[in-house]
Amino acid sequence: MNALKGLSAPLAAGVVIFGLWQGALSLLDPDGFVLPAPSEIVGALIDNWDEVYQGTRITGFVVVSGLLAGILLGAAAALLVTRFRTANETITPLAVAVNAIPIIALAPIFNNWFGLTSPRSNQAIVVALVFFPVFINTARGLVRVDPSQVELMESYAANRWRITREVRIPNAMPFFFTALKLATSLAVIAAIVAEYFGGRQDALGPMITQSAGLTRYDEAWAAVLAGAAIGAVLYGVVLVFERVAMPWHSLIRSHREEP
Amino acid sequence: MNAIDVRGVAKVFNPGRSNQVEALSGIDLSVESGEFITLIGPSGCGKSTLLRLIASLLSPSAGSVQVNAKPAEQARLDRDYGMAFQTAGLFDWRTVAKNIELPLELMGWSKGDRRRRSAEMLDLVKLGEFAKHHPSELSGGMQQRVAIARALAFSPSLLLMDEPFGALDEMTREHMQDELLRIWGETGTTVVFVTHSIPEAVYLSTRVVVMSPRPGRIAAIINADLGDRTAATRDDTAFFKKVTEVRVALRDVEG
Repeated sequence: MNALKGLSAPLAAGVVIFGLWQGALSLLDPDGFVLPAPSEIVGALIDNWDEVYQGTRITGFVVVSGLLAGILLGAAAALLVTRFRTANETITPLAVAVNAIPIIALAPIFNNWFGLTSPRSNQAIVVALVFFPVFINTARGLVRVDPSQVELMESYAANRWRITREVRIPNAMPFFFTALKLATSLAVIAAIVAEYFGGRQDALGPMITQSAGLTRYDEAWAAVLAGAAIGAVLYGVVLVFERVAMPWHSLIRSHREEP
Repeated sequence: MNAIDVRGVAKVFNPGRSNQVEALSGIDLSVESGEFITLIGPSGCGKSTLLRLIASLLSPSAGSVQVNAKPAEQARLDRDYGMAFQTAGLFDWRTVAKNIELPLELMGWSKGDRRRRSAEMLDLVKLGEFAKHHPSELSGGMQQRVAIARALAFSPSLLLMDEPFGALDEMTREHMQDELLRIWGETGTTVVFVTHSIPEAVYLSTRVVVMSPRPGRIAAIINADLGDRTAATRDDTAFFKKVTEVRVALRDVEG
């Protein structure tokens, strides 16, 4: 019941926006290639369902696999750097340096490494882009603990691993999930833009460039819509995991009345 | 047997560096079993540092700290003391009962024993019906009571408290003081209690240790022999005389 209540406002806003969009286009009647009406996009989606579905599967696989690998690597690196001083001195500057590279600009180069039609290069781009926000946020959560909680554990003669398990990891969870919410949309953007430069030709990225090249803008928009759906579904999955992993957190939020 | 023996202890932070701080110098202090000692003094007098040296969360630059007739570190490893801080330091991700059971888990108690013990402790601090709540659902005073229950869960012979009531309002604070004295009376635990509040120090303790800053030293030790505390104690002339005595000692310290 609460979930329905929470959804009704954004749903209403969506209906209003799409209604205005549709209405304005029928009134102004610009050339079709500027902006297709929502009805045309939905029409293109239905007409090209098989291609869009196939593209969503291909791109979705790149997004999900890259996301998972990036999250695992980012979280593991965060654990390492907060646990071992030498790891911190080597991995952290390296990660910062890698993050300074405009990773998406590497897509043509990665294609050269992994082969023009291989999805590997696109996965690599997604991994590289997801890694950093997960790494930085998780590391911050692992370090920013209540000092008295650490002292308390030390007073119990708990070893460092036990302190990590009991204090640092639970404390890092909200930071980790904030990073995941950023990472899902980043991963979709990274995958689709990387696909502009190579990888499987039946993915969403090439579908957008090719449709746009043929001035079939309704089809291009249909592919964009599919990309948005991947992002939305993944965001929803993160929200569910967040609830399951941190039942205490929604409690804190409801008590402090944070957004 | 003395619960605590501090002999010739000094503590220097960042020795040899430009930000070197001499936090404590020439500290000698003996605490008998069952005593309630408060450490009081202006900011920077090293009272929290002294508490952490007793807890072996810090090690002294000179001198020795013995707890239960063994080196402080051994006492820590043997889990001879429980500790409570100004922030309750409860784990949001654990229920109230699970917070109290944390030290017991670390000591390898069985699940059933832990359950029973946390229930007993919650009764002791009169929070029996809040076992399954999370800390964020409790008021500041209730959280501090859970922290005290956690510190006492494994029946340590020594309780170390660092301004545990500092963040509480006056009403809650007085109530918590009475709770603590009741628990102290029931358990016979030795208590070392750091505070900023003169009336709190006089009301709670058997002896008030007045400390002076830069470097931290013990300026005076005042016996607070007021007998059993009751509701009338806070309005008693003897109580006020002791408060004045501590205040004068502190004024000399601030000089």
